[in-house]
Amino acid sequence: MDQPAQRRRRYAAVAATDRAFLVAVYAAVGLFVLLVALLFASLVHGSWPSLREFGFRFLWTSQWNPVTNQFGALPLIFGTLVSSFIAILLAGVVGVLAAAFLAEFAPRWLARPLSFIIELLAAVPSVVFGLWGLFVLAPAVRTSIGPFLQKTLGFLPIFGGPIYGVGLLTAGLVLALMILPTVTAISREVISAIARDQREAAMALGATKWETVAGVVLPAARVGIFGAIVLALGRALGETIATTMVIGNRPEIAASLFAPSYTLASVIANEFTEANGKIYVSALVELGLLLFLVSFVVNGFARILLYTALRRG
Amino acid sequence: MVTGRALGTFGSIAANADLARRAPEIEVAPKLRVEKLDVHYGAFQAIKSASLDVPENRVTALIGPSGCGKSTFIRALNRMHDVTPGARVRGRVMLDGEDIYAPGVDPVSIRHRIGMVFQRPNPFPKAIYDNVVYGPRVHGMRDRAQLDAICERSLRRAALWNEVKNRLDRSALDLSGGQQQRLCIARCLAVDPEVLLMDEPASSLDPIATSKIEDLIAELKADFTVVIVTHSMQQAARISDFTAFFLSGSLIETGTTVSIFTQPKDKRTEDYITGRYG
Ligand SMILES: Nc1ncnc2c1ncn2[C@@H]1O[C@H](COP(=O)(O)OP(=O)(O)OP(=O)(O)O)[C@@H](O)[C@H]1O
Ligand SMILES: [Mg+2]
Repeated sequence: MDQPAQRRRRYAAVAATDRAFLVAVYAAVGLFVLLVALLFASLVHGSWPSLREFGFRFLWTSQWNPVTNQFGALPLIFGTLVSSFIAILLAGVVGVLAAAFLAEFAPRWLARPLSFIIELLAAVPSVVFGLWGLFVLAPAVRTSIGPFLQKTLGFLPIFGGPIYGVGLLTAGLVLALMILPTVTAISREVISAIARDQREAAMALGATKWETVAGVVLPAARVGIFGAIVLALGRALGETIATTMVIGNRPEIAASLFAPSYTLASVIANEFTEANGKIYVSALVELGLLLFLVSFVVNGFARILLYTALRRG
Repeated sequence: MVTGRALGTFGSIAANADLARRAPEIEVAPKLRVEKLDVHYGAFQAIKSASLDVPENRVTALIGPSGCGKSTFIRALNRMHDVTPGARVRGRVMLDGEDIYAPGVDPVSIRHRIGMVFQRPNPFPKAIYDNVVYGPRVHGMRDRAQLDAICERSLRRAALWNEVKNRLDRSALDLSGGQQQRLCIARCLAVDPEVLLMDEPASSLDPIATSKIEDLIAELKADFTVVIVTHSMQQAARISDFTAFFLSGSLIETGTTVSIFTQPKDKRTEDYITGRYG
């Protein structure tokens, strides 16, 4: 009979396609890894003069002065971390509540369009957020939000000092708005992925809807929600144009959130075209290296968390 | 004759379960009385005018082929359909003479009195202890000593205490499937319900774990009224006092387990228990 032979031939053909496919997949992945490695290597190479000149001092000195060729990134690190922290705090709280509402409480006719709008918000280019921040939010901070905070919470140093409109707080608010869709959309997905039997178990034990969500669903979703927040943090840390437009661009460390500040990404974007001198350029590249490392670690961490959370779901 | 044939085929099951030697059931007051229950999922009617009395301190088994509406029926008994999108319930379910679907009745308070154990073990991803005392905590109990006592009592009743007493703070997800199911039963008992609904509680368990759960149910009926869905007719015969047979959404026949298994009145019941349906 030729049937076994036929079958063998088919198997052989399938195996060949499988192998070709495997090779293609490995090649694609390999290329990708190679690209990342190259990017990293060229960043290290580009920042070598600065790395040699300043060493670790680069990270904790506060002078950022192209005129005297003194480069310390601390104010920029400070500005980046604080603006992102404000953003993550606000977007985290609002986003998780919104996600819980969408996933658990909103009727379906409302949840669908709302989720859609929120996801659309994620597609708005950041320069648009920057413009809005500059022309709407900054004046609002100067004339109403700032004075109000100062009047009620002015005893805290973070709400002291003159209010310019642009500054850390404004940048944090714009960033919060920008990452809110990320936090909300992913958290909603994670919350919905919590198996129905968990909710039913709680309901059957006499828990109210609210007790079920707060006591069972959210705790079960916490790893995934944390992942969503860290992912959003990655975006906030690296956001360039919107922050540049509203943070005030001054490399100083001040206690007040109303004070202007500067971020790693903004400095690179603002100063690269006019940077002259080997050290200046390589100091900027080193900022890029810092940003690369931080984003890489933060994003990788977030994705691992999300992956485990959604798979378990 | 129907009777003769059913007995002939099922002599072995009946003998196994000692059905023949069981005393004839005397009248027991119904704990739950279901009257003309209809359940719709959207336009689809999953339960068609089902009426059933569930006697107190007895085990009532719901049997029938897959998809006939057993889960739908049992979930109507503690208002779990309130949270199923698209589900509508009509008719009455009287608990001690009061309709749990009457306007103004709080479904949460009903679920305190009517607990439920699901087909798949569904412990919370928390410590064993926190799983057991979840219900009492939700109902406002904070006293640690009291909670400890409830935890131990419930786990003992669920025949799980000896296996977990030294690791109450470990995650419930580390338990085996059978242990998880007994944990879910303990969690349910901790609320001290009057009625225990069980939807195929042993379907994902091996024979040893299954027989543990069955022994447990036999003990529990002293204190609780039990309604259990099962796919296994042997199990129904072993553990239940009353049996209700469903077919495509209709309650075909109810009666004492002895009579259903030895003298089914309806041809369709007989066909099912003799294995002529899936
Ligand atoms: N949430 C739902 N939405 C729509 N239809 C449903 C839903 N749940 C169940 N059904 C339908 O209702 C009918 C009865 O389902 P049910 O789960 O009650 O059956 P069952 O007797 O428990 O079956 P099994 O023995 O397989 O568990 C089935 O036809 C099923 O497709
Ligand atoms: Mg079912």
